[in-house]
Amino acid sequence: MQKITRENLINKAIELLDNGTVSRVLGWKIGEFAYDVTPAVFTTKEDLQKDFIFDDFCNANFSKYLIAETRKAEEKVLVFLKPCDTYSFNQLLTEHRFSREKVYAVGIPCEGMLDIGKIKALAGEGIIDVIPGEGSITVKNLYEEEKTLAYGDVLTERCLSCKSKKHVVYDELMGEEGDVIDSNRFDEVEKIEKMSADERFAFWQSQLSKCIRCNACRDICPACTCEKCVFDNPKSSVNNKAISDSFEEKMFHIIRAFHVAGRCTDCGECSRVCPQGIPLHLLNRKFIKDINSFYGDYQAGQEEGSRAPLINYTFDDLEPGEAVGRGV
Amino acid sequence: MSINSEYKPKIVAFCCNWCSYAGADLAGSNRLAYPENVKIIRVPCSCRVNPMFILRAFQRGADGVILCGCHPGDCHYTSGNYYTRRRMALLFSMLEYLGIEKERTRVEWVSAAEGAKFAATMNDFTQTVAALGENKRLEDLRCKR
Ligand code: SF4
Ligand code: SF4
Ligand code: FES
Repeated sequence: MQKITRENLINKAIELLDNGTVSRVLGWKIGEFAYDVTPAVFTTKEDLQKDFIFDDFCNANFSKYLIAETRKAEEKVLVFLKPCDTYSFNQLLTEHRFSREKVYAVGIPCEGMLDIGKIKALAGEGIIDVIPGEGSITVKNLYEEEKTLAYGDVLTERCLSCKSKKHVVYDELMGEEGDVIDSNRFDEVEKIEKMSADERFAFWQSQLSKCIRCNACRDICPACTCEKCVFDNPKSSVNNKAISDSFEEKMFHIIRAFHVAGRCTDCGECSRVCPQGIPLHLLNRKFIKDINSFYGDYQAGQEEGSRAPLINYTFDDLEPGEAVGRGV
Repeated sequence: MSINSEYKPKIVAFCCNWCSYAGADLAGSNRLAYPENVKIIRVPCSCRVNPMFILRAFQRGADGVILCGCHPGDCHYTSGNYYTRRRMALLFSMLEYLGIEKERTRVEWVSAAEGAKFAATMNDFTQTVAALGENKRLEDLRCKR
């Protein structure tokens, strides 16, 4: 469904490598199956032509990779950014995590990416190919069966509630400039808020107890970039798998979400990579929603250099007691 | 908890050194009674308290956690408590979102001159938490021996 093609991106990358603008290219590499696309660094024309891929499974947000990649060479790194990725890019710049001069950012449009989990749920296992079509995809499996699925049914959750098709930062834009979208991304949060305390507790208990503490959500997060993390401290008692103790799970998730509160751009990477399917975005979005309603609308990463709400204040902020609706 | 004794919740009170801790001191020297199950932890400023402290207190067996600091505008370090205010608003709201009773946490601004307010606050908070009973939702069984 993506209108900019693989060839367009490869040609752009080769052009920039050839004219010396960049020496490395951050892109998506084809994996064992059509759907398991992995991030990779390309340095030659040949590698690009052989392995570079651009399809409906290019979910990975490259912003965070730039921290490591820009340190590896003198020359610039070429990075392809989808609209949502540009917010993370800006946020990292705001936090001085890499140098803007070391990057050549090419904005690419995005029509939404696919969730292989959803495809498997509808089409079964043994998938060998996924062929994009108009408004639908055709899935082929090992048993020579074919199934057609509507795009809307297999889009990732985060794309279903996409907040923006607008690139907030780039050196060059391929395709059309998009707009910020009036999304429905807080609907789920509101649904949970409407539950009773007991229901909320049961809901989160059932979700968070699935956590295996693989730390993937932290590692992927473009807002989590500390060199030393509290969760790696052996004295924190949250540095490894929770020993079936519900406190540890809650502690981990509250602190993880809190540490990115006000800086989380709602890129959705955490929920995407969670092998246990925990809806982490519902924790992040609760903070975003609260920040918007308590302190005024704020979108992390929208503007480079903007001051995050938790390192800011006004004299007449609401009291914590008011925040939970029991008066001061 | 034995049948005969009245249930006494464990309360942890984080008090900033410059106002609230002095307020507690004043309550003491004025012989104003507040429950002995309130355990005060002195911190340099209310904004020294990060969300982990609150969760830790619950983990180690607290039934209620209250954070006291200088009145907004009066922080010894000028603006510490303004940050505290935002942080705790978000944290408390998140705890409520996770289904944890909102009455178990509180922030109160108590100045060095407000010994009476300190005692009244602690009495009130202890009663509120006592009515809720033991903290079950943020407990760590390993810490309950
Ligand atoms: S917390 Fe999740 S949604 Fe927010 S910036 Fe990190 S990975 Fe993205
Ligand atoms: S990615 Fe999922 S399972 Fe892994 S630590 Fe995060 S929430 Fe837990
Ligand atoms: S010193 Fe009391 S709140 Fe900062």
